[in-house]
Amino acid sequence: MDHLTELENKSIYILREAYANFKNLCMLWSIGKDSTVLLWLARKAFFGHVPIPLVHIDTAYKIPEMIEYRDRLTREWHLNMFYGQNQAALAEKQTFPDGQVDRLRCCRLLKTDALKSTLEGTGPRFRFNHDKDLYEEYTGTESFTGVIVGIRSDEEGSRSKERYFSPRDKESLWDIGDQPPEFWDQFNTDFSEGTHLRIHPLLDWTELNIWEYIKKEGIPTVSLYYDQGKGTRYRSLGCYPCTLPVESTAKNVDDIIEELRTGKFSNIAERSGRAQDKDDGGGLETLRREGYM
Amino acid sequence: MNIVIVGHVDHGKSTIVGRLLADTGSLPQGKLEQVRQQCENNSKPFEYAFLLDALKDEQAQGITIDSARVFFKTSKRHYIIIDAPGHIEFLKNMVTGAARAEAALLVIDAKEGVQENSCRHGYMLSMLGIKQVAVLVNKMDLVSYEEDVFRQISQQYQEFLEKIGIQATCFIPVSGREGDMISERQENLSWYFGKTVFEILDEFHKKDIDENLPLRMPVQDIYKFTKFQDDRRIISGTISTGTVNVGDEVVFYPSGKKSYVKSIEMFNQPAVPGIGAGYAVGLTLTEQIYVKRGEMLTAFHGHPPEVTSRIKVNLFWMGRAPMELGKTYHLKLGTMKVPVEIEKIEQVLNASNLDSTDTAQKIARHEVAKCILKMPRAIAFDLADRISPTSRFVIVDQNNISGGGIIYEALEDAQSQVRQMVIERNYRWIMSNISREQRFERYGQKAALILITGRRDAPRKEIARALEERLFMQGKLVYFLGIGNVIHGLDADLTNDPDTHPEHFRRLAEVANIMLNMGTILIITAIELQKSDLEIIHTSIDDDQIKTVWVGDEDSSSGMADLHVAEHSPREQVVEKILELIHTNLSS
Ligand SMILES: Nc1nc2c(ncn2[C@@H]2O[C@H](COP(=O)(O)OP(=O)(O)O)[C@@H](O)[C@H]2O)c(=O)[nH]1
Repeated sequence: MDHLTELENKSIYILREAYANFKNLCMLWSIGKDSTVLLWLARKAFFGHVPIPLVHIDTAYKIPEMIEYRDRLTREWHLNMFYGQNQAALAEKQTFPDGQVDRLRCCRLLKTDALKSTLEGTGPRFRFNHDKDLYEEYTGTESFTGVIVGIRSDEEGSRSKERYFSPRDKESLWDIGDQPPEFWDQFNTDFSEGTHLRIHPLLDWTELNIWEYIKKEGIPTVSLYYDQGKGTRYRSLGCYPCTLPVESTAKNVDDIIEELRTGKFSNIAERSGRAQDKDDGGGLETLRREGYM
Repeated sequence: MNIVIVGHVDHGKSTIVGRLLADTGSLPQGKLEQVRQQCENNSKPFEYAFLLDALKDEQAQGITIDSARVFFKTSKRHYIIIDAPGHIEFLKNMVTGAARAEAALLVIDAKEGVQENSCRHGYMLSMLGIKQVAVLVNKMDLVSYEEDVFRQISQQYQEFLEKIGIQATCFIPVSGREGDMISERQENLSWYFGKTVFEILDEFHKKDIDENLPLRMPVQDIYKFTKFQDDRRIISGTISTGTVNVGDEVVFYPSGKKSYVKSIEMFNQPAVPGIGAGYAVGLTLTEQIYVKRGEMLTAFHGHPPEVTSRIKVNLFWMGRAPMELGKTYHLKLGTMKVPVEIEKIEQVLNASNLDSTDTAQKIARHEVAKCILKMPRAIAFDLADRISPTSRFVIVDQNNISGGGIIYEALEDAQSQVRQMVIERNYRWIMSNISREQRFERYGQKAALILITGRRDAPRKEIARALEERLFMQGKLVYFLGIGNVIHGLDADLTNDPDTHPEHFRRLAEVANIMLNMGTILIITAIELQKSDLEIIHTSIDDDQIKTVWVGDEDSSSGMADLHVAEHSPREQVVEKILELIHTNLSS
């Protein structure tokens, strides 16, 4: 069995374990390549169906093409699609750079806080109605207590310490030093009242694995990942004010794989285009403890 | 390839990993300089280990606190190094890391020699089933690169490994700090002619895929997604060992239910006629037999698994609180999860020095024990020396995985005989064309067995009649069967002495099984059911269909009842409570 197939099968196993063990499960879909691969793996795991609701946190600063792509796949794959938004912060212009707050605070409000209230059901949630072909405000109040997230351990230091099934307490805090063990394909699927779980099926994948898999399976991706003739492309997708493209002439999946294999980027962090990571020493780590993926 | 690096704290694991990264050019550009600069700013000497300390609080504590994954590649292949911590409290992180690995590097400080965790980690590697272990005797620079020191430590550790039955792949003298024998040979160790760390890494071989062993697939779930007119009923799971082909006759354990593989389901992939170990698959069957998550799929014409509720195991404990006699835990093996208790502790071992005691009443953190475990119902598994993946289990204590172990012997239990008959019956079961789901849909209910028991003078039958009437009026397919109806008919050939007691219950359960198969909600009354009686019934019938109601105060079923009702509670109220208990069965 080749490495990619091994990764694929392991991830499918984790997805099925998550589905078998949790009632209020959801999957975060950032529209980026990793969580889209995760979504694809769910279709594989469940034989063409996606029996898990998808959640997107819409900061309102996402590049428009990302939203179009999200809604196209939602229709085509019949996804049970939810999005959440921190509408209060947006209304008060607590945003960056056009509002009164810095990058990190903007992230905290539009992502961390929005995610928390969307998962808990305390903030506004919108769900795609396939019959009417539009989003409607969702009136259910249940919270999602199991959250599947497409993080990879090669992305960035703090992510390399993750478990596949990782309990978080009420405040979404992550106690890195005291995580229960995980071995022999047995995960910690029980948790006490008030805690919830993050599930990470892509932990062992690398950026290159992701692209190789996208190619192997023919998974549709946003064109922002490719050079459209200007000599730049996005390597990681985020909000437009804080995400910069990288210099690259990779025009398609093959070019990207070639680029990664030959090590053009091997010395540059994947998220280096994400400005918020740099604002303080352990910026992402701080955000992560608070629940941002 | 996944490699784990273990060893006593401060013996140099992080330094060696830092070296491996630097020597393979796997560090992000500028990282080395950045870390050097940081050290200079804080007036600290530069350490290769700092390269790994990505996390703030980890640097603060100065120890690697979790098993971190580090990626690098040699000219031959890609590696993931799992850096396990050396601090004693963090054994669970080491286990997490090591269980994912195909080979291990075990680091021993040449100056300090073999320490507590050098041994404990070695023991854990053997428990986890990791067979390829290279022992690195590090900090050779501190002992002037003396060959004698190396020989002596190697020999001492070799003796320890022999006692626990593992064989080191090799011993290598190294200096992580100076870079000797990591990627390059240097003058310092000119007396050493063996492999460098790089060479040995490239020589480790991938774990064999266990395709040649008998078929084992723990059932993960049964899918029936109806969207897009999908009518497939898919048994999903990851094949642990062996292969499965379309047309194969397969049996599920512990039930013994049998069918044939109709198709192997795939998404975005052409259909295949057969598939082997390691694949997460989906199967459809020719007969719609009722199986559930936790059962083990095997080939009918293959070596069958063990099925029992008592096992002899070798286990290691990592929980903060000790594992104790008389306390209930959960055991997870494959996709099966059952309550479990220690029946007997035979021997407890200190994994760091192999001291043992055979009078222990509990298993403390970081101890290893041989013991007998018992469960309220049987599970399907294999023995460690035959099919190791399905001999491995973990123990859950209050939500947390706290221990792990391997089964090396299957012991008889009180139900062994009945169980064998049930398996035999299921092997030979004659199928109908009507599925269980079709019946449920027709009757608007799921089959259930409600056992009403209690003291001689408790109003069991009255309750049963009231319940039957109520369900009947609701249009349900329901039947009340007093145990006497069987005793004086089907059991007429059995005498009344205690020896025949189990046989009465076996027959009662067989009758119930047929009626449940019909889709009936069956109400049975019996006087003071004992735990052993209930166990016979649970062994004979898919036990998620059974609900037990105890009427009156005393309870000889010791905790097996799902509902207790007072003898004199109003009848209507009791009926309501029972309806509540079976509410999920009352719609299809
Ligand atoms: N002299 C010498 N010191 C070393 C060597 N390898 C590691 N050390 C030192 O030993 C200490 C502990 O090393 P570290 O890699 O953090 O150990 P870990 O706890 O096993 O990860 C550090 O101060 C290192 O500089 C070596 O080969 N020679």
